[in-house]
Amino acid sequence: MKTLDRINLEKLIGILKQDGYNVIGPVVKDGAVLYDEIDSIKDLPEGWVDEQEAGYYRLNKTNDKSLFSYVVGPQSWKKFLFPQRLKLWKAKREGKSIVIDDTKDYAPKYAFIGVRSCELNSIFIQDKVFNNGTFADSYYNNIRDRIFIVSVNCNRSAGTCFCVSMKTGPKAKSGFDISLTEVINNDEHYFVMEEGSEKGSEIAAMLEANEASEEQVKAAYDAVKNAELHMQRTMNNAGIKKLLYHNHDHPIWAQIASRCLTCANCTMVCPTCFCSNIEDVTDLKGENTERWRRWDSCFSLDYSKVTGGNFRTSGKARYRQWITHKLASWEDQFGTSGCVGCGRCITWCPVGIDITEEIENIRNSPNTIHK
Amino acid sequence: MEDLSGILRNHPFMKDLDENYLKQITGCASNVLYHEDEVMFKEGDKAEKFYLIRSGKVALEINGRDKGNLRILTIGPGQILGWSWIVSPYKWHFEAHALEEVRAIALDGECLRNKCEDDPKMGYEMLKRFAHILEQRLQSTRMQLLDVYKRV
Amino acid sequence: MTENKSGLRKVDPMIPETVKVKKIFWETEDVFTMELVHESEEKREFNFKPGQFNMLYAFGVGESAISISSDSSKKGSLLHTIHKVGYVTNELSKLKRGDTLGLRGPFGSSWPLEDAKGKDICIIVGGIGLAPLRPAIYHILKHRKQYGKLTLYYGARTPRDILYPVELENWKKKYDIQLEVTVDRADSTWRGHIGVVTALMNYVKLVPEKTRAMVCGPEIMMKYAVDELIKHGMSEKEIYVSLERNMKCALGFCGHCQYGPSFVCKDGPVFSFSKVTDIFEIKEL
Repeated sequence: MKTLDRINLEKLIGILKQDGYNVIGPVVKDGAVLYDEIDSIKDLPEGWVDEQEAGYYRLNKTNDKSLFSYVVGPQSWKKFLFPQRLKLWKAKREGKSIVIDDTKDYAPKYAFIGVRSCELNSIFIQDKVFNNGTFADSYYNNIRDRIFIVSVNCNRSAGTCFCVSMKTGPKAKSGFDISLTEVINNDEHYFVMEEGSEKGSEIAAMLEANEASEEQVKAAYDAVKNAELHMQRTMNNAGIKKLLYHNHDHPIWAQIASRCLTCANCTMVCPTCFCSNIEDVTDLKGENTERWRRWDSCFSLDYSKVTGGNFRTSGKARYRQWITHKLASWEDQFGTSGCVGCGRCITWCPVGIDITEEIENIRNSPNTIHK
Repeated sequence: MEDLSGILRNHPFMKDLDENYLKQITGCASNVLYHEDEVMFKEGDKAEKFYLIRSGKVALEINGRDKGNLRILTIGPGQILGWSWIVSPYKWHFEAHALEEVRAIALDGECLRNKCEDDPKMGYEMLKRFAHILEQRLQSTRMQLLDVYKRV
Repeated sequence: MTENKSGLRKVDPMIPETVKVKKIFWETEDVFTMELVHESEEKREFNFKPGQFNMLYAFGVGESAISISSDSSKKGSLLHTIHKVGYVTNELSKLKRGDTLGLRGPFGSSWPLEDAKGKDICIIVGGIGLAPLRPAIYHILKHRKQYGKLTLYYGARTPRDILYPVELENWKKKYDIQLEVTVDRADSTWRGHIGVVTALMNYVKLVPEKTRAMVCGPEIMMKYAVDELIKHGMSEKEIYVSLERNMKCALGFCGHCQYGPSFVCKDGPVFSFSKVTDIFEIKEL
C-alpha cells in the first residue's frame, strides 16, 4: 500500500480530467452532501460532518481539515448510471410510415471520487439488475464499462448506517480502481491508497506516492475499525426471506401504513431501487414523438394500475411490496439482498420509519409465522 | 330392464352412499327419457321429482316477462337437477327443457321425503349431499354474476 | 439501447421494428384481430413460440403487451387478437390496412409443448384467454399424433363474445378434439352450455397422471379452473397458467410486472402453477 498527500489527491483529480473523465465527487449543496462535478479538492466538503438519525439529517462544519468525514447523503451514484430522465429514442411519421431515430446521445466517461463501500456494493447490485441474464441495458453498460472508481473507506459511521450487518463495509474489498482511507490527526493528513485494477495502477503510477509504513497502514486500519465498531444499527438477516414470504397478512403492515406517507422518498434515495416508467411524448401535430425513461416507485399509486383497475391501492400493501422486494425477493431474483445498509431510507423518511427496527418488530411479534 | 340401483350407484351424486340407503332410494326411482326440445317441467309446477342426468343437456330458464325467456344454466351428464322437492311449498322456480335427448333417473319427491322422515340418518346424508350441490351452484352463479369476461 | 447478450438478436429490444397492417377485422364488439407483416419488402420471418407476446406500439401513444395468436409455423405474418380497452388498444383499433405500427418482441416464456408429447392435453380458457392458447392448439393439431387426448374447454361471456367460432367448428369437425364451449349468459336461441367453464369438466374423464393442463383467462377464472383440476387429481407441476401484469419495458428492467419474485415479462407469462401457488392467493401482491 502507498500513501498520498493532499497535493497528490489534487493531482489525481487533474490527471483524470486530462484523461477525459467527467470527475464527480461529493460537494455541499442545499444543506446536504450531494454528488456533482468537481474540479479540485477545494470543491470537496472539507471539515463537514453529518449527523443522521431516522428522519433527520444535519451537516455541521468543523475546523477539521478532513475531506471525507461525512458518510452518504440523499443522492447515490445511480444518479449517473441510471439517470432520473433518459431519452431512449425518437420517431417521426413519414406518410404512413414511422421512422425511428435511435442514435444514442453522448454518454460521458465518469470518474467517481469518494465512493463508499456500501455504494460500491450497490453498484455491483445494479450491475446484476441491468444485466439480468436475458437482456443487457446498453446505456448502463456503456457508462459502467468506462467508469473510474476512487472509493473511500469510512472512518466513522453516521447514526443510520448498518453496512456491517449487511456485510457491505465499511472497507471496500474489491471492484474499485483506487481506494483511499483518510488518516488525519494533529500532525498529519494523508491517504492510504490501495490499487484495485490495472487502470488504477496506471493512474497511481503517475502520482508521487510513498510506500506506506507499518504505522500508517495501522492508522488506516484503525480508522476503518472505528467506523465498524460504532455502527448504531444492525439488520438481522437470519432467515429474512422466509420471514417476509410467510407473513403477508401480518398486522405490522397496517401499523406501518398508519405512519407511512407513501411519499416514495425511500425509493428515490435508495442506491439500488431501479423501477422506471416509460413515457411516450408527442408534439402537438402528432408527427414527432420521443420515448423517455424516468424513475418510478412502487409506492406511487399509478405503479400498480392495470387494465380496468389497480391491484395494489392500500398503503400497507405498497410498503410490504417495497420491503419484501428489497430484503427477500431480490435474493431470488439476483442472488443477493437488495439492501446495502447505507441507511438512507431511514434518514430521509419524513416520519422516520426504520427498516432495521421493523424487521426486529416482525421477528419479535407474537403474530409472526416462523417457518 | 336396466338395473336401476346399478345406474344410481354409478352416478356421481350417489358416490359412496351406504348400500342400504341406495336400496331405499332405488324404491323411489324410475328411468326417464325426454326428447329434444321437450319441456321437463314448468315454472310454478309442483316440484315432484329430482333428476340425476345420465346423458344429454337440459336448459334452465326463467320467464323474464318482457325480456322473454331467460336461460340461466345448462345441466349435463353427472349433474343433478332440482331441489325444490325438499323445500316447501315444493314448487319449481324455473322451467327445464331438454336441449337434446335426455336420459335421467327421476326420483319421486314425496317418496324420498317420506323415507327421509322415517330414517333421519338417511335424510341427513341426503341433505349433506344436496348442501354440497347447492354450494357449488351458488359459487358458480356468483362467478356468472361477477361477469369476469366483461369489457372493463 | 439494449442488447441481447447471447448475440442471437441483431435488433435492439428497446427499439421497435416497424410493421404494417395487412388485415384488421372485428371478432366481437370490442375485440379485433390484426394481421401484421414486415414493413420492408424483403420477406423477413417472424419467429416465436406459442404463449409469447409482443409489445405493440401505437405511434406517439404507447405500447401494449399483446399475446401472439397466430400459427408459429406460418412465419410470414403475425396475428394479434386485441381487446379494445385502453388508450393504446383504442389507437390500434383505428389502424387501417397499410398503416404502420411498432413492434418489439417476441418476449416471455412459452407453453410447454415439447415435453408434453405423449401426454393428454387439457386446455381451459376464458374470455380473451383463448387467443394466447391458439398458437399452442395449432401446434398440437399439426402434430396431432404426438399427443394423447386433446380437450378444450372455453368459457365466454355471451354467444356473441365467442372468439374464432368458425375455427372452433372446424376443429371439432376435422380433428380428434373434445371441445366444449360455455357462456355466462345467453337467450334461448343458444343451444349450447350455460354456466362456468369448470362445470364442463364433467364431460371428460381426466387421467391426471398423464395429463398436462394449460389455463388462461381472468385470474379468478384461472383460480377456479386450477382448483378443479387439482380436485380431479392433477399435480400443480403439470398445470400451466398465463399471467398478466402491467408491462412497460418487457425486458425485466422497469420492475412493473413483478409478481412476487418473478418478472412476468421474462420469467412468464407462462408459469407452472407450482411456481406461483404460494403467492396466487395473496391479496394485493
